[in-house]
Amino acid sequence: MIGLALVLLTPLAGAAVLAGIADYRASARVNIAASAIAFAGALLLLAHRPAPGRFLLVDDLNVVFILLGTFVATTTSVFSAGYIGHELDTGHLTPGYLRFYHAMFQLMMFGMNLALLANDIGVMWVAVELATLSTVVMVGIYRTPAALEAAWKYFILGSVGIALALFGTILVYLAARPEVGEGLRAMEWTVLLRHARGFDHRLLDVAFIFLLLGYGTKVGLAPMHAWLPDAHAEGPTPISAVLSGLLLNVALYALLRFKLLLAACPGAIAPGPLMVTLGLISVIFAAFMLYRRRDIKRLFAYSSIEHMGIIVFSFGMGGALGNFAGLLQMTMHSLTKSAIFFSVGHVAQVKGTQRIEAIGGLTETHPLLGWALLGGVAAIAGLPPFGVFTAEFLVLSSTFARQPALAVALGLGLLVAFGALLARGTELAFGPPRGATGPVRASYWPIAAHLGLVLVAGIWLPGPLVAWFRHVAAMLG
Amino acid sequence: MSHFAFDVAHMLAGLIVLGSLTMLYQDRLTALINVLAGQSLLLAASVAWQGHLQGSAELYATAALALVFKAIAIPWALRALVVRLGLHREIETVAGIGLTMLAGMGLIALSMEVMLPVTGAAGPVARQDIALALSVVLIGLLIMVTRRNAASQVVGFLSIDNGISLAATGARGMPLVVEISVAFSVLVACIVIGIFLFRIRERFDTVDLGALDASRGERAR
Repeated sequence: MIGLALVLLTPLAGAAVLAGIADYRASARVNIAASAIAFAGALLLLAHRPAPGRFLLVDDLNVVFILLGTFVATTTSVFSAGYIGHELDTGHLTPGYLRFYHAMFQLMMFGMNLALLANDIGVMWVAVELATLSTVVMVGIYRTPAALEAAWKYFILGSVGIALALFGTILVYLAARPEVGEGLRAMEWTVLLRHARGFDHRLLDVAFIFLLLGYGTKVGLAPMHAWLPDAHAEGPTPISAVLSGLLLNVALYALLRFKLLLAACPGAIAPGPLMVTLGLISVIFAAFMLYRRRDIKRLFAYSSIEHMGIIVFSFGMGGALGNFAGLLQMTMHSLTKSAIFFSVGHVAQVKGTQRIEAIGGLTETHPLLGWALLGGVAAIAGLPPFGVFTAEFLVLSSTFARQPALAVALGLGLLVAFGALLARGTELAFGPPRGATGPVRASYWPIAAHLGLVLVAGIWLPGPLVAWFRHVAAMLG
Repeated sequence: MSHFAFDVAHMLAGLIVLGSLTMLYQDRLTALINVLAGQSLLLAASVAWQGHLQGSAELYATAALALVFKAIAIPWALRALVVRLGLHREIETVAGIGLTMLAGMGLIALSMEVMLPVTGAAGPVARQDIALALSVVLIGLLIMVTRRNAASQVVGFLSIDNGISLAATGARGMPLVVEISVAFSVLVACIVIGIFLFRIRERFDTVDLGALDASRGERAR
């Protein structure tokens, strides 16, 4: 119970406290502390799991997401402390907006943690909505025309997506009602799963289409991805990091839960092929889009679409190996992508621009930052010995064994993306220095922690972790 | 259930769909908002009727919420915003009314075709409500994609929300969670929207999204 309280109540209390702190240094520290306490709570949950309650549920599946989420949030808050100091110095943000920013950061964390822990499909929906709205206002915080357009697009597409998801949620309730009875019980995950056998499968089929479109919009699957690059590029970089590292995962988690529900109901459509199709479209589309990017944050936003595509593809393929690969890929992507956004944030601050053509020769002018960025790019492109390579290799090889044609298509997408990322990465890191070469006040340890974990995972996966992921993979069916 | 009770429920839901169709061809923002208010009023009536049929006090509360927020407060706030921004005199060109209406009717047919066969076990009222609610949601999406103006897109979104509320109340015994969340989301939406409209206005001197599109994509910074 303490774990649950720490994970849920700390962000909520943090948001309230941070809304009242005017000094930005103090509030950055409080932000770090609140995120770290939530992470400690997640560790407690890992050690000791409370029994599922009426509204909250802790099981092997969501512990993975909670742990990953609170960890990335903690490192992001450390990165953010350095990042916002610079934004304040350059006048991009005012102290008033920073207060708002910190409060919203914790509110978003509360929304995400609640969505992951909810045992009620209605509560989960409200929590995802809360997390979405708090990120919308953070994306628009710079108030430039581009930031406003990005926030508006995100708001409209996100709301429509979340509305479709609610419609799907209502249909799930309708399907459950004759079997479970009226009231709250017909919205509880644990109850739903137990009784899914007797649900009307045709109603569940229609419900899943809405849920896939709705939550899929939030995952950033093509063709519902239009909000994602803008929101990543125009908001503050710490927000880009949590969007890619956490919020997309939360929506993915919702999809996985509903996939489990459909799997438990005989006669329902198999969600796998739908997910595989959307995932594959996202991978191939994003891979080609990577070539035309001129903005560094947009580049990595499209890479996020590509990776979410791989992950959804992998979960769609399912089976012990497919689910295992999907979990691993999701973890690796969250860690790597947020590390990349940390370095990109510092780079953009030093250069005063996000245009790729105005950034170059980073390894010469800022060796540590340049190599960190290059390491991140190599990892995300899928080069060994990083963990992303292991995960992508698993996805490909397990697909080859079952559907060679799909594996070829996926492999093609991966190769195309690989080429684009490496070309851009070397352009940024090597060659004659371009743009401003001022000194950088970067916080390196969040980047080091993330890339270090990804590197270790690529070389050696600890036994208990493998056993744990295997167990979750088996649970996902 | 008596024939009369069913007919009233059916008629109210049908009128809500009619409201959506009416929205499709409004070329003035104030008129569009008025139709939205009317639709929300019908929604409140429909929810109250459901409360009467199901003997549920909770649904009466939901109906009151819908009446106060959706039919009165939100349209009032939107109208004030529109007048303040001087948009009430502007005429919005809605492209191809005939075609849009045809598309709207096609969407209604589609939702009947999709929902009626699969909701057999849900009871006659819920069955009709869900099918009609889906058409309200789809027409709301259509309104959003055929409009260029930020304010009318918001109206489209709010009508989608009306459709979802209709579905939620049709689902017998659905806990208040959803109704609260609907009211909550509409409220939050309005706050966000209010801020945005002012900010967009501040930046561009217009709320025509065409002006936003000009700044799209990847530009020098």
